[in-house]
Amino acid sequence: MFYREAGQYKTTYAADMAIFPILQDRIGLGFILFTAFVLIPLFGGDFMLSSVMIPMLVFSLAAIGLNILTGYTGLISLGTGAFMGVGAYACYKLTTIFPGVNIIVWIVASGLVSAAIGVLFGLPSLRIKGFYLAVATLAAQFFLQWCFVRIPWLYNYNASGAIEVPQRTLFGTPITGANATVETRYWVLLTLVVVLTWFASNLVHGRIGRSWMAVRDMDIAAELMGIKLLQTKLLAFAVSSFYAGVAGACMMFLWYGGGEANDAFNINQSFTILFMVIIGGLGSLIGSFFGAAFISMLPTVLKFGLPAMGIPLSGATAEHLTFLTVGTLIIVFLIAEPHGLARLWQIGKQKLRLWPFPY
Amino acid sequence: MSATDATAAPPPLRLSAAGWTLVGLLVATLLLVAASLSGVVAKGDVLDKVMVDPFRQMVEAPDLLVQTVWEGLVSGVLYALIALGFVLIFKASGVFNFAQGIMVVFAALTLVGFYEMGVPAYLALILAVGVMFLLAVAVERLVLRPLVNQPDIILFMATFGITYFLIGFGELIFGGNPKQMIAEQLYLPKGAIEFKILGGFVSLQRIDIAAAMIAALMIAALAFFFQKTRIGRALRAVADSHKAALSVGISLNQIWVIVWFTAGIVALVTGIMWGARSDVSFALSTIALKALPVLILGGFTSVPGAIIGGLIIGIGEKLGEFYWGPLVGGGIESWLAYFIALLFLLFRPQGLFGEKIIERI
Amino acid sequence: MSMRNLTIAALVAAAGVASLGTLPAAAQDQIYIPLLSYRTGPFAGSGIPIADGMGDYLRMLNERDGGIGGVKLLIEECETGYDTKKGVECYESVKGKNPVVINPYSTGITLQVIPKASVDKIPVLSMAYGLSASAVGNVFPWIFNPPVTYWDGASAFIKHVADKEGGYDKLKGKKIGLIHLDAPFGKEPIALLETLAKEYGFELKLYPVAAQDMQNQGSVWLAIRRDRTDWIYNQGWGAMNPTAVKEAVKNNFPLDKLVGVWWAGGDDDARAGGEGAKGYKSLNFHASGANFPVIQDIVKHVADKGKSTAPKEKIGENLYNRGVYNSMLIAEAIRTAQQITGKKAVNGEDVRRGFEALNITADRLKELGMEGFAAPVRLACDDHNGHNNVYVAQWDGTKWTKGSEWFAPMKDRVRPLLESAAADYAKSNTGWPKRAEACDKAS
Repeated sequence: MFYREAGQYKTTYAADMAIFPILQDRIGLGFILFTAFVLIPLFGGDFMLSSVMIPMLVFSLAAIGLNILTGYTGLISLGTGAFMGVGAYACYKLTTIFPGVNIIVWIVASGLVSAAIGVLFGLPSLRIKGFYLAVATLAAQFFLQWCFVRIPWLYNYNASGAIEVPQRTLFGTPITGANATVETRYWVLLTLVVVLTWFASNLVHGRIGRSWMAVRDMDIAAELMGIKLLQTKLLAFAVSSFYAGVAGACMMFLWYGGGEANDAFNINQSFTILFMVIIGGLGSLIGSFFGAAFISMLPTVLKFGLPAMGIPLSGATAEHLTFLTVGTLIIVFLIAEPHGLARLWQIGKQKLRLWPFPY
Repeated sequence: MSATDATAAPPPLRLSAAGWTLVGLLVATLLLVAASLSGVVAKGDVLDKVMVDPFRQMVEAPDLLVQTVWEGLVSGVLYALIALGFVLIFKASGVFNFAQGIMVVFAALTLVGFYEMGVPAYLALILAVGVMFLLAVAVERLVLRPLVNQPDIILFMATFGITYFLIGFGELIFGGNPKQMIAEQLYLPKGAIEFKILGGFVSLQRIDIAAAMIAALMIAALAFFFQKTRIGRALRAVADSHKAALSVGISLNQIWVIVWFTAGIVALVTGIMWGARSDVSFALSTIALKALPVLILGGFTSVPGAIIGGLIIGIGEKLGEFYWGPLVGGGIESWLAYFIALLFLLFRPQGLFGEKIIERI
Repeated sequence: MSMRNLTIAALVAAAGVASLGTLPAAAQDQIYIPLLSYRTGPFAGSGIPIADGMGDYLRMLNERDGGIGGVKLLIEECETGYDTKKGVECYESVKGKNPVVINPYSTGITLQVIPKASVDKIPVLSMAYGLSASAVGNVFPWIFNPPVTYWDGASAFIKHVADKEGGYDKLKGKKIGLIHLDAPFGKEPIALLETLAKEYGFELKLYPVAAQDMQNQGSVWLAIRRDRTDWIYNQGWGAMNPTAVKEAVKNNFPLDKLVGVWWAGGDDDARAGGEGAKGYKSLNFHASGANFPVIQDIVKHVADKGKSTAPKEKIGENLYNRGVYNSMLIAEAIRTAQQITGKKAVNGEDVRRGFEALNITADRLKELGMEGFAAPVRLACDDHNGHNNVYVAQWDGTKWTKGSEWFAPMKDRVRPLLESAAADYAKSNTGWPKRAEACDKAS
């Protein structure tokens, strides 16, 4: 009744090509942004922001990155964690070498470093496909992780091998380091995520995105149609690693606030992000958000939510049960909706168009 | 399988090219060794350290070379066993079974867990096999059957679900503390055979010898099973084409249970062997990651590929770590295997023994 | 309806999640001690006995004495799985409940918590792990890492080697190896060992073991055999230790020349080597075994009442006792804080002062039923570590025995390194606060 496009005329090409052609979608988006920017920091509390929202946003960025590679271009990568690490270390090096430049500039720039490394490890994708490629990207994962430990220059010869996040400010307010409030960090991160999502959305809906999807659907056919495989695949690797790199820099600077970085970017991180992409929905940006929310929040909610609701579970047993439940939910979920949460969202929207009259 | 025979043979030119490269490398190495002996390449150069010194070490301490190769061989056999579990499942159901690693731990944990509950060792072994059978049935019923005909990546994802489930389930029942493998109770040998050769000594662990022999026996038994029995033929038919197999009356569900069960037994054997080398804990599942380069090297669909790939990776990474690792500070074992595999893959994108990928529009 | 309904639902869900963080604070007549522990994950083998020991000692105080100074202790475990992300989550979830101290129980989590703790006014006790530099109290007023740092440990190892070889001059030309987890924790002793290598003229050999190869150390031990290394110091953790012991046995490495850091001294670690592991050494700063009044009290008041989380035969094992020792430090800090402030229900700020004034004398240890269990500990305003005495424990095939007398690490070598590391830390974390907390007179 409320969600319908009848009567909304498109009078220009631009309006026809808009990402959100329906008025209600735009209102909804505005409302979501309002919630995210104002309501959640206002009513959410510290734990909500620091342990639920910030991780979710960081993972969303990484998931968007992997989704561009896996969902849109059809290349499976298990090296996302390492590319995030490249971003984190690059950002650390850049900001310690040039402390005068704003940290946000370096967070974005570290994405570019990660993109360059990503292109390098994307080269085998021209010859290797499918799971063979997935395993080949593990070479990147393990090699880069080895570098993170073995090249002391990367962590400024720190005795504990840790990244130590210095305090950096934006308009006089600290946004990184121990004195940055969780709200500030959240707002900075949220703004970055919104801008980068908007960018990704334009990318995948444009010519580049279409050539990615053509390659995904069948690369030989795409080649015959005049799409240059080399450029297209490597561009996908570059953009994907860019997002992963920015996510990694955000993770270290806005979420963790430093620490044992090499361990944070291990193989499990890569797998986790792949889960998010698959559970969220391959080839869907909104799915990346759903997937990140689902996978990153589920263990937290199970661990801290159940005792809060009065289900007395503690310590190891709770942790075992969490593993059990997450595993079961993944399987149940795949059986119920193999195309991911994004597909459910679409179905929901379709139903809403007709609601409350079924015909 | 037969359908691809005509195209499976690699172009003779490529093969000989690779052969020539190999010969060239060998000649170059020999020349370098000769050069260093004659003093053209000074000792301590980078070139000397990378190209000559390791070989000099091999010649000077042949006992260590033999020992290293033996270590590589044993771990290669164990990698191959894990890879074998992957291959069996991939062939029959097209599932890239990430849970193989956790199945290794789970199987070993079940065995030790039962023993700790007071069950005699051999009975515990039988019970563990039984549990692996139940697991196979459960996976087929609850995971594979509802997900039939889904894209590969979805099935891959489902095996992650299984992994998580087994971690939680295993720890819930048996506890998370590491356990000792009951090697003695299973009459596995212990101790070492040492003999002096080439001016040094080589020590072979009895358990390693047993591992290699049991692995060989197991592979032979599996080969026999798949080549000569009715079920084996059915399995090969399924691997060729699901639809064709169904149309001649082969039950896919039954075959899946059988392969998952076989993979479970392979996992149990691997778990016993690797558990005896260190201990049985969930950290062991990372060993399974080592099987992945073996897989891409040998090809996802080839049993001989898994074995030869395992040996190449095992020996290659041990030699690499031992002789070239110190040059960059060691610890290169963690990624060397992947680079070895990548190198092969650039020449044969489907692995050494994988079926040739034919793409048509 | 459409969007709004969904967003409302989302909001409700969000509010639900948010409310988790704001659980009712602990009641005033209790002292809340969160114990971050890991009973799951790849390091569970070492984590379980420690968590049992920590919890059991505090429970024993509750049962026997009715808490500390008449105030009951509220003990809550939070499972980290040795995972930094989960650990930080635990920290965030407990920090609103007025905890008097945080035990991160992982170096990674400690590093995360260090910058947060001073802002949140919660002292952090990272007992003989974490950031070595945090021993410098003037830079890290909120962080405590008694009784020894990893650098003390490495220096103690060299001291032990010199002792066995017959003097420091005998170290010249010896090959001393460090087999370590290829992670920040494992690499920690390298700096100190390099300094000492230069000074005493021994050759330092490094044998890194990647985390995914913890149980696959074949080539590392072959390299040790090739290098004919004389002594090995094992800075390992979790599944790496039993594998190292097994490989040493396998490669005929003399076990009495393999010395582990205190974290490589689990009973299970040594037991893995079977008969051959006899002689394996590990540094230690407390005794193992159940023949101490304090352990007997735990058995009587906790285990016999079925309130212990540990199986009875594990009580008194090395890592269990480490948990007990850890909790003893907490309890003594709380007691000291009560004495200083005169308050009963102390808070984090009080306990920070309690730690700085901590002075556990030999007499006090006797009162605690810990005579011979541990060496006296004394912390100070600028020394948050103590650089305490350690001894070398030796495995006799079934249990840990005392392989040496108590001896002091090379504090004079370690301290300057610590000072400079702490200064570096403050420098690279621009905006690191200057110490504003006043010093108490030691009680």
